[in-house]
Amino acid sequence: MMNNQRVTIVEKIMDANDRLAGINRSLLDENGIFAINLMASPGAGKTSLILKTIEALTSQIRIGVIEGDTAPVTIDADKVHAAGMPAVQINTGGDCHLDAVMVNNALQQMPLKELDLLIVENVGNLICPAAFQLGTHANVLIASIPEGDDKPYKYPQIYRGVSALVINKIDLLPYVKFDMDYFRQGVEMLNPGLVTFPLSCQTGEGISNWVNWLKEQVSIRKIT
Amino acid sequence: MHELAVTENILEIATRHATQAQAKRVTDIYLVIGSLSSIIDDSVQFYWDIISKNTICCGAQLHFHRIPAQMTCQECGHSFSLENNLLTPCPQCSSANIRVISGEQFYLDSIEIEK
Ligand SMILES: Nc1nc2c(ncn2[C@@H]2O[C@H](COP(=O)(O)OP(=O)(O)OP(=O)(O)O)[C@@H](O)[C@H]2O)c(=O)[nH]1
Ligand SMILES: [Mg+2]
Ligand SMILES: [Zn+2]
Repeated sequence: MMNNQRVTIVEKIMDANDRLAGINRSLLDENGIFAINLMASPGAGKTSLILKTIEALTSQIRIGVIEGDTAPVTIDADKVHAAGMPAVQINTGGDCHLDAVMVNNALQQMPLKELDLLIVENVGNLICPAAFQLGTHANVLIASIPEGDDKPYKYPQIYRGVSALVINKIDLLPYVKFDMDYFRQGVEMLNPGLVTFPLSCQTGEGISNWVNWLKEQVSIRKIT
Repeated sequence: MHELAVTENILEIATRHATQAQAKRVTDIYLVIGSLSSIIDDSVQFYWDIISKNTICCGAQLHFHRIPAQMTCQECGHSFSLENNLLTPCPQCSSANIRVISGEQFYLDSIEIEK
């Protein structure tokens, strides 16, 4: 006899990823590492900000970098190596985002005991990375001036899920039509009170505020 | 597009619960998606038809229940919902000073099975 039945589940679709992200978080915590997941559209300045950060902090803290790229090119990872810090490249094989599994694999290759700060450069994309927690302590978004002031309204999910926002390329404000009030109103609607760092990786303006925030976060989690 | 990864998760969750309930077959899958979640129904359906073959879920119908984002107005306190356009001002006082309360839900609500 055929018998139809409704089974209630109510399980988050991303649950398996979120659970592994929790394991990554424990691994980071055991090693006293503060980790950030750096997300942005292609070319917003993720690698530039990482290099600026290393430059500013090189004598004070040890920074490891995980570089996510869709193609098997090591351009970004090579730049970090050249700056004297350990980097692990993840080739996502065309995937639009990093997930907790990929980051877990990369963590196995990192000298975790020697690190204070881990920066994960996600794949350049404003949609997909927003759905995948990696286990980092902070999701950080970089918006850059040439992308335009309407991005919060168009990509609300990524703005909702971050705990800090970098506004990069402010040196271009005189040349690009970018209504900062309109932009900030969108951010405030989605993520009220979000910590924001307007800066330029080109001129160095504003970098010290960003670096000081990072140092503060690192010192909170450091195991002494 | 991360719809393939998402579709694989849906299949894994549905299969696990169907097996637990000793189902012969899954006929329907009910998904709940907040309007701020950037999931494209057609892509999920496309991958679904391919990856559910030869599983207990083969031929199951996917149902997408979209729920609007919940908003509140900072000026007058009015609560309202929005389907998509986040530039819509408060319907009560026209203020643009509004806040998103929720809208990124994404879960498998239930399945219909044959025993
Ligand atoms: N004018 C200006 N240009 C910048 C700034 N920061 C970065 N750039 C330039 O923007 C371009 C992209 O920078 P990257 O750091 O490679 O950007 P990315 O986000 O890592 O790019 P992908 O990894 O390819 O997604 C480079 O040509 C940088 O020199 C800035 O503050 N001002
Ligand atoms: Mg880069
Ligand atoms: Zn109002």
